[in-house]
Amino acid sequence: MRRFLRPGHDPVRERLKRDLFQFNKTVEHGFPHQPSALGYSPFLRLMAIGTRSGAIKLYGAPGVEFMGLHEENNTVMQIHFIPDQCQLVTLLDDNSLHLWSLKQHSGASELREEHRFTLKGPPGSPPSATQITAVLPHSSREVLYLGTESGNIFVVELPTFTVLEDRTITSEAVLQRVPEDYCNRRSCELVEALREHPKNPDQILIGYSRGLIVLWDLQNNKVTHHFLGSQQLENLYWQRDGSKFISCHCDGSYTQWPVSSDNRQPGPLENLVPYGPFPCKAISKIYWQTTKNGVPYIIFQGGMPRASYGDRHSISVVHGSQQTAFDFTSRVIDFFIIFSSEPTAEFDDPSAMVVLAEEELVVIDLKTAGWPAVHPPYLASLHCSAITCSHHVSNIPLKLWERIISAGSKQNIHYSNMPWPIDGGTNIAPDPPQRDLLLTGHEDGTVRFWDASGVCLHLLYKLSTVRVFLTDADPNDNMNTLGEDEWPPLRKVGTFDPYSDDPRLGIQKIYLCKYSGYLAVAGTAGQVLVMELNDEDAEHVVDHAEADLLQDQEGYRWKGHEKLKTRDGAVRFEAGFQPFVLVQCQPPAVVTSLALHSEWKLVAFGTSHGFGLFDHQQKRLVFVKCTLHPSDQLALEGPLSRVKSLKKSLRQSFRRIRRSRVSSRKRRGGSGNASEVQEANAKFDQDALQEMELAPVQRKIEARSAEDSFTGFVRTLYFADTFLRDSSRHCPSLWAGTNGGTVYAFCLRVPPAERRMDEPVRAEQAKEIQLMHRAPVVGILVLDGRSTPLPEPLEVAHDLSKSPDMQGSHQLLVVSEEQFKVFTLPKVSSKLKLKLTALEGCRVRKVTVANFGSCKTDDYSENDLAVLTNLGDIQIISLPFLKLQIRYPCIRKEDVSGIASCVFTKYGQGFYLISPSEFERFSLSTKWLVEPRCIVDMPEVTSNNHVHNKSGMENAARKS
Amino acid sequence: QFGAEFRRFSLDRYKPGKFEDFYKLILHIHHIANLEVMIGYADVHGDLLPINNDDNFFKAVSSAHPLLRVFIQRQDEVDYSNFGTNTLSRKKKALVTLRNDNLRRRHHINISMPHDFRPVSSIIDVDILPETHRRVRLYRHGCEKPLGFYIRDGTSVRVTPHGLEKVPGIFISRMVPGGLAESTGLLAVNDEVLEVNGIEVAGKTLDQVTDMMIANSHNLIITVKPANQRNNIIRSSRMSGSSGQSTDSTASHHSLPTSHVLQNFHPDEMESDEEADIVIEGGLEPQHIPKLHSLTSSSLSRINGSSLSHRLQRDLVLNNNSGRESNGNIHKLLSSLKTDPRHSLVIPRGGIEEDGTVITL
Repeated sequence: MRRFLRPGHDPVRERLKRDLFQFNKTVEHGFPHQPSALGYSPFLRLMAIGTRSGAIKLYGAPGVEFMGLHEENNTVMQIHFIPDQCQLVTLLDDNSLHLWSLKQHSGASELREEHRFTLKGPPGSPPSATQITAVLPHSSREVLYLGTESGNIFVVELPTFTVLEDRTITSEAVLQRVPEDYCNRRSCELVEALREHPKNPDQILIGYSRGLIVLWDLQNNKVTHHFLGSQQLENLYWQRDGSKFISCHCDGSYTQWPVSSDNRQPGPLENLVPYGPFPCKAISKIYWQTTKNGVPYIIFQGGMPRASYGDRHSISVVHGSQQTAFDFTSRVIDFFIIFSSEPTAEFDDPSAMVVLAEEELVVIDLKTAGWPAVHPPYLASLHCSAITCSHHVSNIPLKLWERIISAGSKQNIHYSNMPWPIDGGTNIAPDPPQRDLLLTGHEDGTVRFWDASGVCLHLLYKLSTVRVFLTDADPNDNMNTLGEDEWPPLRKVGTFDPYSDDPRLGIQKIYLCKYSGYLAVAGTAGQVLVMELNDEDAEHVVDHAEADLLQDQEGYRWKGHEKLKTRDGAVRFEAGFQPFVLVQCQPPAVVTSLALHSEWKLVAFGTSHGFGLFDHQQKRLVFVKCTLHPSDQLALEGPLSRVKSLKKSLRQSFRRIRRSRVSSRKRRGGSGNASEVQEANAKFDQDALQEMELAPVQRKIEARSAEDSFTGFVRTLYFADTFLRDSSRHCPSLWAGTNGGTVYAFCLRVPPAERRMDEPVRAEQAKEIQLMHRAPVVGILVLDGRSTPLPEPLEVAHDLSKSPDMQGSHQLLVVSEEQFKVFTLPKVSSKLKLKLTALEGCRVRKVTVANFGSCKTDDYSENDLAVLTNLGDIQIISLPFLKLQIRYPCIRKEDVSGIASCVFTKYGQGFYLISPSEFERFSLSTKWLVEPRCIVDMPEVTSNNHVHNKSGMENAARKS
Repeated sequence: QFGAEFRRFSLDRYKPGKFEDFYKLILHIHHIANLEVMIGYADVHGDLLPINNDDNFFKAVSSAHPLLRVFIQRQDEVDYSNFGTNTLSRKKKALVTLRNDNLRRRHHINISMPHDFRPVSSIIDVDILPETHRRVRLYRHGCEKPLGFYIRDGTSVRVTPHGLEKVPGIFISRMVPGGLAESTGLLAVNDEVLEVNGIEVAGKTLDQVTDMMIANSHNLIITVKPANQRNNIIRSSRMSGSSGQSTDSTASHHSLPTSHVLQNFHPDEMESDEEADIVIEGGLEPQHIPKLHSLTSSSLSRINGSSLSHRLQRDLVLNNNSGRESNGNIHKLLSSLKTDPRHSLVIPRGGIEEDGTVITL
């Protein structure tokens, strides 16, 4: 391996850099933030989700994903696929329409915006005249019908969006033959729904908000049927054969109407308030699905009794005597039913219901008895409890992978076995090169194991640490267990549950040893759990120890939260990772760093007070070290966690209030109201801005001193087998770095394996390094004689790494927020440094060693540091010479939570949160790139040929 | 007579008495009662500091550990500029500060004995900077006094080929009374910060500049465009002093020299100037003493401190009052000197500056 000493402009090095490094944001994992619209194409079997920020995402079979972004960043209000086409139309809240299409380009499909269009009325007409409320892509694929607030329906040609003015359906024309008294009572008002007749493409059903429904004949441009509804209309749905349709209303009722040639103004067949008799909320959408056995499925959203269940987000499925009201954890944005789309099929035979709620996607299997949920392969709600930390492990051995999957499958028994019903498109991406795990720690004390190998971030297994502790919430107290005859028959579905019972359970640090299956997790109340993977359920006692980190310090008072109470006696654990050791730090401050050495069977942990080392083989505390500065009162009182949790709970309750307001406001009805609110908001923002301008932002320039707060805060812990004392003998060592720029090194004596249980592990402080710039130490690393970072524990034992060079002299790399410094070992003298902050004004937020392989040759790879700064830049810095290789802007510097959430993988990829529910995946490597690559082919138009042929012929006839 | 003579004597550590008595005692011991001498001592850093009043005498005695090394020089041989940072350990480096015009001026005028223990600030690179700019070096080494200033965002108006152009800039917004920055008198509120340790701040955010300054706080060099351009007397006096070369260099610099050269402060120096990290072996005894403290002239000073905390604490004691006073003197001196009226009327190139609403020319 050649290394190039000269900085900068070595052409060979420059070329090599091009072969090694490349920055790409490859894919977004998780659930879109603030979804606002849903669409589905039964033809392509693709689902589309639009968001409030103007993004549109298409999903099909696992791995088939597309993403588009509207330039306007406006909320996507509606999404409609063009029947039997690879095209879709979106409506934004600025009343613009956008035509997107999936086109193949160099072997893969791409989503592109083709056209945009804003409907314009005649000069002088009010904006409401052209405000689009309903969109109907006609099955002829040639025109769109656009219902507006004024009640007029405009016709535009596709794909050019040319308005066909002579075909406009005016409300005057519609009202011509409506009885006088009905007409007087209510004018047409806005168009709520447009539905094409399922058998006759020349007829469309038009529903106006005041209740009038008409069947319009496109051929003769006239109304054929009037249906005089008496209730404010919400939506319409045709029965499959076109003989009846169903309307749903604002008062929580739905009505069936017959369509026959005899009666041009029929009365309703049946009018029902499913959750009456007390006042109910509106039913905003309804499906009527026929089945072979004659008992239809009626599926509707809302309609709950206003007073007692008005706050529920429900969708009810009624099938004969079976009725379930699925109760969602967040507001339902929209839903659709997957049913037989063959036009020749006689019945709908619904198979699944897909519900897009604000915070998660839920799919219900309607074919299996009991209507179980289907486990989605993508769109996972990462934030079902807020993510508090993440940890990535690359290249998981197959054995461990299988064991985790098997543990996870035992947790998923309540899910349906139905194959994923949205299966359009073909994934043509190469198989992921290795098995990667992303572990996320959550506020509710759970750790989720995600398959992060490919494009679909998929939940493998969920681990809960709650069982070890006694919490206020009794797990048996299940509020959802409703009796048989409860009414309404609510059933909670979904996993989103952002309200943590006890914030102390939150997971702060995770460390998984992929070779041994040992897992250490640490949490908010100073708890450290060491776990082992067990394939069977087991009941055992968790060994419990306390680590008093203040030791000799007297007179300190911890004002933060109490430590968690533990459960006495044996605890039953399900198959998977089962804790066997619990160490609780005293005072119970947040654990800020964690390291596990599975070969030496040691776990090290640090808080704002100090750090400790625990021998989990002998279950014995080896030592603790207090790092506290005597004057640091803040750290003692522990206000951090308190302030945070208070703030959080406040924020959550506000959010809850706001959310309920939003949902209670009608989607678009009160546009005047909404604009008022917006105005008020804008005014408020302006006021706030002015206030800020009055007090200019200024920054104090002061050197850090030893007395600063939280200097004792332990930021990093590291195990290394290196030359700490002298250059002839190496020994196990533990390194700790603090917020105040101090590095402590402890020499460890670990008894050989055969006497491991007999002799105690000993530790002795060998060195203490005070960095004079006093910046927080965020990384410690030992490089071996070949300047290669020391391998992970057990890596060599598993033949996955060369054993480290113990002949040449080792070097110590200390990364602080401001500088990178290389020291010699064992005599710690400064050898090399890179001053980042002094030169660029940015600070190190995250740093990892990553291995970069060349895309040109397989035999070249090198280790570099991947660094994320507080400005959101990613820098690659060479080892061991600390030369800046390349810099990429990655995250906006204002996105503090994005920067804080970033994790790097060992092979030059990374993840960061772009919203509470989404990880952006990026790659710095030319070699390791995980991005979607898929094809959507136009399915063969077979059995439904005749429909189109027919309509095509008719069109031809009309033209002639 | 003042070649090399050594005397060892003892004093009561806790009741050292008055400077006058000490002075007499010294003269008596050395049998030099008829001479005007200057007494100095080596502090824990090996710096030569003067003893000339009760305060610093007390300080010297109380900080002696366990020996107080006293140096006696004939009054007229004393080079005042030698007092200060690392003077004993790095004579050569001290010369660098000597080049500073401001300091030199002080020697010539020699208003009074320097009450100063060591330099706290200096103006450097006067010869390469445009006259409208000032490069100030703040020595925070071993000084307890806070740097003590605040910076803010603002806009500055630059003269460009396209006319006047508003650009964002960083300005000093506040001085902490009694802080190092205020006491130097070289920085003032509304001065625009152009560079930090040779790195231009243009295009950087307030937070970035803050971080840069803090990262360099042990030896901060800021180039400012003073809000008050009337005190730019150094250049004017130099220019009248027939330094043609430096006039040329000034004329060619419409704004900052693009090379970012800190002439009096090259990178090597920056490295060695930085305080070295402290390594404690075994967590008990400081075996490896940082470079800075292990003096080249180890015969003069040896660190007697037994622990790190001890030593650091002693570092932190410095007589604040005398420092401020003397710097006040510099300031008075500067402002008392009359500027050549021609220069004060000339609008400096690129020197129109807007501070909020007021444009000062």
